[in-house]
Amino acid sequence: MNQHDHPIARLSNVTLTYRNKLALDSITLDIPSGCMVGLIGSDGVGKSSLLGLIAGARRIQSGQVDVLDGDMADTAHRNDVCARIAYMPQGLGKNLYPDLSVRENIEFFSRLFGLSRAERRRRIGELLESTGLAPFPDRPAKKLSGGMRQKLGLCCALIHDPDLLILDEPTTGVDPLSRRQFWDLIGRMRRQHSGMSVIIATAYMEEAERFDRLIAMDAGKILAVGSPEEFKASTRTTSLENAFAALLPDQRREQASLAIPSRDPVHREVTIRARDLTCRFGDFTAVDRVSFEIERGEIFGFLGPNGCGKTTTMKMLTGLLPATEGEAFLLGKAIDAADMNSRNRVGYMSQSFSLYMELTVQQNLSLHARLFHLPPGRARERIAELVQDFGLGRYLDELASQLPLGIRQRLSLAVAIVHEPEMLILDEPTSGVDPLARDEFWQILLDLSRNRNVTIFVSTHFMNEAARCDRIALMNDGRVLATDTPEGLIRARGVANLEAAFISYLEEAGGKQLVIPDGERIDAAAADDAPESPALSRRRQRSFNLRRMLAFTTRETLELIRDPIRLSFALLGTAFLMIIFGFGITTDVENLSFAVLDRDQSPASRTYISELRGSRYFVEKPPIADDADLEKRLRSSDVMATIEIAPGFGRDIKKGTPVSVGAWIDGAMPFRAETIRGYLQGVHSQYLVDLATGQGVAAPAAVNIETRFRYNQDFRSIYSMVPATMAMLLVLIPAILMALAIVREKELGSITNFYVTPVTRLEFLVGKQLPYIAVAFVSFLILFAMTLLLFRVPLKGSLPALLLGALLYVTTTTGYGMLISSFARTQIAALFGTAILSVIPATQFAGMLTPVSSLSGAGAVIGHLFPMTYFLRISVGTLTKGLGFADLGMDLAVLAVTIPALTLLSLLLLRKQEA
Amino acid sequence: MRRTIANIFWLGTKELRAFGHDVVLVALVIWAFSFSIVNVARSGVEDLHNASIGIIDEDRSALSLRIAGAFLPPYFNPPQWIGEHDVDALMNDGRMTFAVDIPPNFQRDLLGGRQPTIQVDVDATAMMQAGIGAGYIQQIISTEISRTLAHTDAPPASPVELAVRIAFNPNLTAGWFTGLMEIVNNVTMLAIILSGAAIIREREHGTLDHLLVMPLTPFEIAMSKIWANGLVISVAVAFALTVVVRGLLGFPIQGSVPLFLAGVAIYLFFGTAIGIFLGTVARSMPQFGLLYMLVAIPLMILSGSHTPQEAMPASLRMVLQGSPTTHFVAFAQAILCRGAGLSVVWPQFLAIGLIGGIFLGLALFRFRHATAQTAQ
Repeated sequence: MNQHDHPIARLSNVTLTYRNKLALDSITLDIPSGCMVGLIGSDGVGKSSLLGLIAGARRIQSGQVDVLDGDMADTAHRNDVCARIAYMPQGLGKNLYPDLSVRENIEFFSRLFGLSRAERRRRIGELLESTGLAPFPDRPAKKLSGGMRQKLGLCCALIHDPDLLILDEPTTGVDPLSRRQFWDLIGRMRRQHSGMSVIIATAYMEEAERFDRLIAMDAGKILAVGSPEEFKASTRTTSLENAFAALLPDQRREQASLAIPSRDPVHREVTIRARDLTCRFGDFTAVDRVSFEIERGEIFGFLGPNGCGKTTTMKMLTGLLPATEGEAFLLGKAIDAADMNSRNRVGYMSQSFSLYMELTVQQNLSLHARLFHLPPGRARERIAELVQDFGLGRYLDELASQLPLGIRQRLSLAVAIVHEPEMLILDEPTSGVDPLARDEFWQILLDLSRNRNVTIFVSTHFMNEAARCDRIALMNDGRVLATDTPEGLIRARGVANLEAAFISYLEEAGGKQLVIPDGERIDAAAADDAPESPALSRRRQRSFNLRRMLAFTTRETLELIRDPIRLSFALLGTAFLMIIFGFGITTDVENLSFAVLDRDQSPASRTYISELRGSRYFVEKPPIADDADLEKRLRSSDVMATIEIAPGFGRDIKKGTPVSVGAWIDGAMPFRAETIRGYLQGVHSQYLVDLATGQGVAAPAAVNIETRFRYNQDFRSIYSMVPATMAMLLVLIPAILMALAIVREKELGSITNFYVTPVTRLEFLVGKQLPYIAVAFVSFLILFAMTLLLFRVPLKGSLPALLLGALLYVTTTTGYGMLISSFARTQIAALFGTAILSVIPATQFAGMLTPVSSLSGAGAVIGHLFPMTYFLRISVGTLTKGLGFADLGMDLAVLAVTIPALTLLSLLLLRKQEA
Repeated sequence: MRRTIANIFWLGTKELRAFGHDVVLVALVIWAFSFSIVNVARSGVEDLHNASIGIIDEDRSALSLRIAGAFLPPYFNPPQWIGEHDVDALMNDGRMTFAVDIPPNFQRDLLGGRQPTIQVDVDATAMMQAGIGAGYIQQIISTEISRTLAHTDAPPASPVELAVRIAFNPNLTAGWFTGLMEIVNNVTMLAIILSGAAIIREREHGTLDHLLVMPLTPFEIAMSKIWANGLVISVAVAFALTVVVRGLLGFPIQGSVPLFLAGVAIYLFFGTAIGIFLGTVARSMPQFGLLYMLVAIPLMILSGSHTPQEAMPASLRMVLQGSPTTHFVAFAQAILCRGAGLSVVWPQFLAIGLIGGIFLGLALFRFRHATAQTAQ
């Protein structure tokens, strides 16, 4: 059944560099098909890069990569074979969607691979059953424990029955029991689908023992290829761990087996004491009455399945989480989140990387040295020491984000102990770290504990690490099952080793998650289906597949529904803004303040002023005293206009001598100044007419000037502002909703699913956009209803034209957000980009306040390109101007053309592979 | 105290590095404070500028030509000669804002004292232009007619003249104002996004927990983000003001630039504090994005930087007195346009400082609470 002679992947002279750093150094390698091939090596030697290239997730820089009989540099071939490859990237649940349930996650992947409904149902049932996930199909992925998450990830990877399964450190951070179940599962899958090839990178040597072939890597090069037995034989060692160490270049080989000095039993002083510590989140009890005591200088291990409450307990000890009940004492004092002094004495390393990704290794270290106020000289020494101890020398100037997982963990620990704390709380510090580095790490811990009396509280999934602890607490489901020395635990259960003791305790506790399905039954059931299943992925991939597109639509819709806050922000928030702007943005300027400097104080001057007082636009402020006062009050914005009447005003009018009234207007805001000027002139003309009538010399005007305000006889701005606000909100909100769509997947890692599945760029873009179009259209309907009912702006023109226009418009505005998302690198840049690239054109260049026909220069160009310009004509046209299709055809056409243009641009900016 | 300051300083340097590392973001900030401002200022946004006007000349007389010739740039584009039936289409499309209809035999009727009627059509949906433009057009037509009747080019004599002078911006160059307001708006946008998103990013990447177990107080963490982001924005503002607005746009800044920058610093205290507050309220970046739009856009658009405050309902104006952005716009205009000194703008500075202080207090209060939420 195995064709070992025919390689599933063949690499020749493959070289890969990141920013001048060599990741893979002209690798030539054949990977045999039909067997389990393990990739072993230290952190940062290029394992992940190699897997990424084989999976097609990374772009090939130089060399030739052939997978499944074709060139992976060839897009057509890649598209063809990606349905036969499954890839699980590094990191717990990295390819999963946390808000989606177990079943929804698998369904999403099954749609991506174009499975029919019937096939889908059958495969999902099968996979859930065989992974033991069947009892909780509706649990969101984010609420799964690490082990279950990895099993779910595997389900998703296996849904299309691939010929080649690529797993990048799939069991890192997974507890031993779940790990065992995971490998059983892989074994069963391989029995079902004979001929499935599996390539796995792993840091666990005991796992590597069971693989058919191993590839040892170091520094971007292949060290050796062979079976585990061959490895051991060639190095004359008995364990793979030692064999691997022996293969390494000389300087790294000195690997003394770790000796654990016994503790000095003299001063036994309790430094950490927890009593009935309990933590509840709602009705879920994460930690249930946990008690323990840890002595100074002791290494105290925390062991238990993922999600059993280890992290929560540790967070309570650091003061990050308040305890719901119970109490804890650190260094003799009750935990007080505000106590800075005790924080100086504690080092904490959280499970998630506590590093700044955008800082280099050196910068991370010196920042922390400074934050702990090490004197500069001491800081230099300390950093040099840590760099030496942790082997960070060659990474000093690299960004933390560029570091391989294991190196990052080392840096995290270095950062946590930079201030030489008396107590260390380490949450799975070695997950993802290679065996050698792990031993080095423990060497440091032992040194800290034995020689410097540092108390260490550490959680781990590695049994050999747990065995090195002075005492271990076994946790399950929020409770401590047992606390004792490793030997004590083994003795108590009467088993051979710690792992067996651990599993025995857990099985006794009867954790719900331990229901392992009966392997026999599954295999029997699967055997019936086995012959037909491989056929389904053999179909040739079509260029556009509706089902794949809808996979993204469904997923995005579910995520939207699962986040009611966002949905309600989007819908109600838009309505809220509509109310504010509909009433708030007007150009009907009133309440303009003015004051008078009347130097005449005659009846005639008072007549002139009363004309102003009678105007509804003006509000009078106390009179002005003198020139200085006039200037001061204009400057302080106390008044916006001043009227100055010269002495002798009344007398001159009587004499018929031409006189002049002086007006000053605050020009700081030109629009307001123009308006004031217009109003003043109007009042003045009225005065002249009254004056002439009073003097009996009134002549009828030579000409009538009849001004007709079209569309809006009362000239009330609400009739144009409400439709304009609608247009503005329908670009701002949909664009920002959409703006994070792609960049968020990039930042959080799920973009890999797009890289390695058969989904095309068009399916991805359109599929993601559809739900947002729907949300935006609903929000249009809400705005439209408000326009009619709340603002009482009637629809004078064609309803179908408005509806069609709105639909086209929200499609373009979501597309606009998508475009920004496809080139931004971070979510922050996407947010600011969308804000600046939508708010400014919307308020300034789209014709909301100033007609586009009056714009010049770049503004005019932007105005003509920005979709809101056209929808503004449609909304104002249909609502206020009474227009229909005949008048708005051009605008509708422009919007319709913009849609594919935006999609095309996004398409060009979006890459189907990691650079 | 010294430790606190040192912590705030060093944490802030980390923020600066993170900012500098995001190339797209840096490019966007540079664009926003240079090209974008020039763009808005030079495009003739706001009030009467290049208004499109059409003349329906059914008289074809010397007078009708004279009237048409009186509509001059920069207020009006050269008038287009259109037929009566073109008006609807042009106005429906928004391609024409004003149309002046001069009836047949207009000149003859006028000279004969038969009081003919000129009709002016205004597209009332062009809010910024319609009102002002209608007034201008009336005035232009009346002036031309008076001159014709008086057979002189001199302005018609009137018993009382109204001499209007504009203070601070004699030619009412709108670009100065819009350019300044663009700076003001960019400050609001950037301050909220940078600080708020920085908090959310720390949470999404798990580094916030790490900070909170170190001997650092939430106050120090918040302050470090405030000064670092504030510095970036202040530098951008100083550049935009001196190089772009004064240099490129030729705006004669009236008041003291340092005083204005001091005001900006106080305002940034508010902007970044509210950003941090929103960052603690939102659970994820997409929520923050929307929340930002809901808060920042009204602050900006209703601040008086787009339409005058005097045009808003009295109740809304009252509410807006609680918005520091409104005070920011007010002191920006006061200092830069009117040359006001500290004696005039101190109430605004004080108001912004007080409201900013309240939001900083709220943000700090939410800070630990928010980390407890993500801890599970």
